[in-house]
Amino acid sequence: VSHLQESWLLGKTRPMEYRVAQLEALGRFLDDKKQQILDATASDLGKAPLETELSEILLCKNELHETLNNLSRWMKDEKVDRTLAMQLDSAFIRKDPYGVVLIIAPWNYPVQLFLVPLIGAIAAGNCVIVKPSEVSKTERLMAEALPSYLDEDCFAVVTGGVQETTRLLENKFDYIFFTGSPSVGRIVMTAAAKHLTPVTLELGGKNPCYVSDTCDVTNVARRVVWGRFFNAGQTCIAPDYLLCTLEMQEKLLPALQKAINDFYGPNPRESPDFGCIVSDKQFQRVQRLLGSGRVAIGGQTDEAERYIAPTVLVDVQPSDPIMQEEVFGPILPIVIIANVDETIDFINSRERPLAVYAFSSDDKVVNQVLERTSSGGFCGNDTLMHVTLPSLPFGGIAAWERTNGKFSFDTFSHPRGCLKRWMGRESLNAPRYPPYSQRKFGLVQATSKVTRKSDCS
Amino acid sequence: MEKVQQIVGRARAAFRSGRSRPLEFRIQQLKALQKMVQEREKEIMRALKADLNKTGPNAFTQEILGVLGELALTMEKLPSWAAPQHVKKDLLTLRDEAFINYEPLGVVLVIGAWNYPFALVMQPLIGAIAAGNAVVVKPSEVSENTARLVAELLPQYLDKDLYAVVTGGVPETTELLTQRFDHILYTGNSAVGKIVMAAAAKHLTPVTLELGGKSPCYIDKDCDLAVACRRITWGKYMNCGQTCIAPDYILCDPSIQSKVVENIKATLEEFYGEDVKSSPDYERIVNQRHFKRILGLLEGQKIALGGETDEASCFIAPTILTDVSPESKVMEEEIFGPVLPIVTVKSVEEAIEFINLREKPLALYVFSNNKQLIRRVIAETSSGGMTANDVIMHSVLPELPFGGVGHSGMGAYHGRHSFQTFSHHRACLVKDLRWDVVNRVRYPPGSEEIMQL
Repeated sequence: VSHLQESWLLGKTRPMEYRVAQLEALGRFLDDKKQQILDATASDLGKAPLETELSEILLCKNELHETLNNLSRWMKDEKVDRTLAMQLDSAFIRKDPYGVVLIIAPWNYPVQLFLVPLIGAIAAGNCVIVKPSEVSKTERLMAEALPSYLDEDCFAVVTGGVQETTRLLENKFDYIFFTGSPSVGRIVMTAAAKHLTPVTLELGGKNPCYVSDTCDVTNVARRVVWGRFFNAGQTCIAPDYLLCTLEMQEKLLPALQKAINDFYGPNPRESPDFGCIVSDKQFQRVQRLLGSGRVAIGGQTDEAERYIAPTVLVDVQPSDPIMQEEVFGPILPIVIIANVDETIDFINSRERPLAVYAFSSDDKVVNQVLERTSSGGFCGNDTLMHVTLPSLPFGGIAAWERTNGKFSFDTFSHPRGCLKRWMGRESLNAPRYPPYSQRKFGLVQATSKVTRKSDCS
Repeated sequence: MEKVQQIVGRARAAFRSGRSRPLEFRIQQLKALQKMVQEREKEIMRALKADLNKTGPNAFTQEILGVLGELALTMEKLPSWAAPQHVKKDLLTLRDEAFINYEPLGVVLVIGAWNYPFALVMQPLIGAIAAGNAVVVKPSEVSENTARLVAELLPQYLDKDLYAVVTGGVPETTELLTQRFDHILYTGNSAVGKIVMAAAAKHLTPVTLELGGKSPCYIDKDCDLAVACRRITWGKYMNCGQTCIAPDYILCDPSIQSKVVENIKATLEEFYGEDVKSSPDYERIVNQRHFKRILGLLEGQKIALGGETDEASCFIAPTILTDVSPESKVMEEEIFGPVLPIVTVKSVEEAIEFINLREKPLALYVFSNNKQLIRRVIAETSSGGMTANDVIMHSVLPELPFGGVGHSGMGAYHGRHSFQTFSHHRACLVKDLRWDVVNRVRYPPGSEEIMQL
């Protein structure tokens, strides 16, 4: 950490050319190591190479290109409006790097959630330490390979488990970006408080998915199955549980079964497109959740392969274990509600989630759910897709700030208010100096006022 | 005093009722605040005089003018700030609606400070109301008259359940911090800032911390010294030096040190007359504790100007210290008083190095005719905000975000930045339930052709 702090003070990471060179090196890393990454993620999560290429590698390359294409524009000072008294001055917001940034990456999207914040932090001119997840083989690979592509004076990878991370967090960083569970998020923020370090926390929660009675059941089922079982359910914004009426449930179940069959075949265990749970510990945790309610679809498991079949549970009560924690696995519990109002109350009585999903052919219903709930993000009539648009910020409520594209750059930049004044025309300043008088005061008021448009009539 | 838990609970229930969401309601509350400031101006000024000996146009400019400006700006711009921001779509989402929705966070806690006791409670309150939140205000107990007045006035003008005031000291604040809020804005010192953030961490509550530090002021040899010193004198000694963005200390070449002292001395006479103590425009230190603290900083220092004190009235004359050692006590903590140390440096490089070895300050000042030099200082240092060739003024422009970095704080507010700080930016994508054809590309089973697509 002190080595990077020294490099930071030398200003190495500030020039645009330097940042571009590092980002381009990252691009080369992705190209060179693509096959190894694909193999490692297959081993970690049973991810189909195609899925990894799309959701991890391509996504990172897009982020890189978007950043390289726009960096000079993002780095420009943002000019702002001035008052009458400041017309001769220059007022702007300068995007300053913070300094030494710590990124703590999770295991579920080992490439994306490691590299996307790293790209943003480098683009913003910081030195960066990345602490990858010790659970992921992919990240271990990246930890070994990445340092040789980047400037070792300014970028480092620190590996380790809970102990090493705790020790790491005792150091002073200028910014910490954490992706993971709310409980660890609290630990990170508490450690950051000791040094007054600002943080971005990308956490999780139980993302509700409401399906109204008026909808195209086939399409809903496909979109929900896709979002729920992608990456074997290990996605922070996956629809966590479904809310619908009993009638809708009866229609949905066969449609969900058909979608699962279409996507993964009659035996998902053999499908190259369906993944596995990342570790034994996680497998056991998710397996326990199968005890809630009743299995309507799926339910098969194989511990040796860390396989849990795409599963749908019914007769689930709000008090059941599966409704007390984020599922983060390929199980979709259905909770029965009577109508949209009950749905909204149900959602609002729980912690605000990272995402809220609402399906309905009736726009009004979708809008109602949007307007009367609160969540990091919202997607109507689909799942996951709101995070694929770089023009939309990605983040939760208990998670601050936003990532993706320019949002990443802004997350890792300190917006510094700058005013350059003129030394001349000192007489203009006279009204503000003591000794004070009513006349002087009138002048001050006049030149710094912002009037309400309606007042001027 | 009603239990803190009940007050916060009531605010949360009021927020849940949804009545603070419509823009008309928020504007109505802001209008009521405006009325309050205009109608009760005399009482507010009386409280400021009692707390800090702030009087007349000075008090008005410092505390009330800015607040009225912020109110007017916010009421005018709120509809445009609150409008959903439609964003660029891509090929896959061309038929959909994609936008950022600005939503209230919930219940916001605003903890004020004693040095601008009215403004530092009102400005955050304005932003929090504008963003549609319920707000609990905790004014500083050190400025007790203003605190009492705020507690009296707010319920007379605003929705009593949505906007509450909690008065008291450390025990009450500690209890408040155990409650769950959706955002906390704290103005004060770094030590307490850490306590606030640690308490917030338990609930994963985002915070905006407006802290302090030692704001450096570099005076280049190439500048109009008379003008520079007049502006510095104004910013340093206003409110008796008790301003978070006051120029804390000066860095300059030894050859101009005595000229700097001369110029400031001349300006001080212009501002406050021969007998500073009898000038109605010169304030007092807020209390005995701070008085003693600042007095302690003078020990062993070379006093080039001032140094007179009167404990009974908490009066400390405008003071300048010369040839100050970087290791001395006065260079360790934020002075927050009318004492201006000068530390000599041989070059701008030395000044930049000096600044960078210390905690990042809330504000940074540089005086020079040389535009290149100014650009360099900005590029090679870090601070919350900065002004070149003047002091304080960057905080007066509502378009500039006002906040710290590192030990001087995190987050920012003022103007639209307040609205953004107190809002949740929710990413929204509303698709059509038909047209699943487009989605086929992404569904398993995967294939090479689809990948290429």
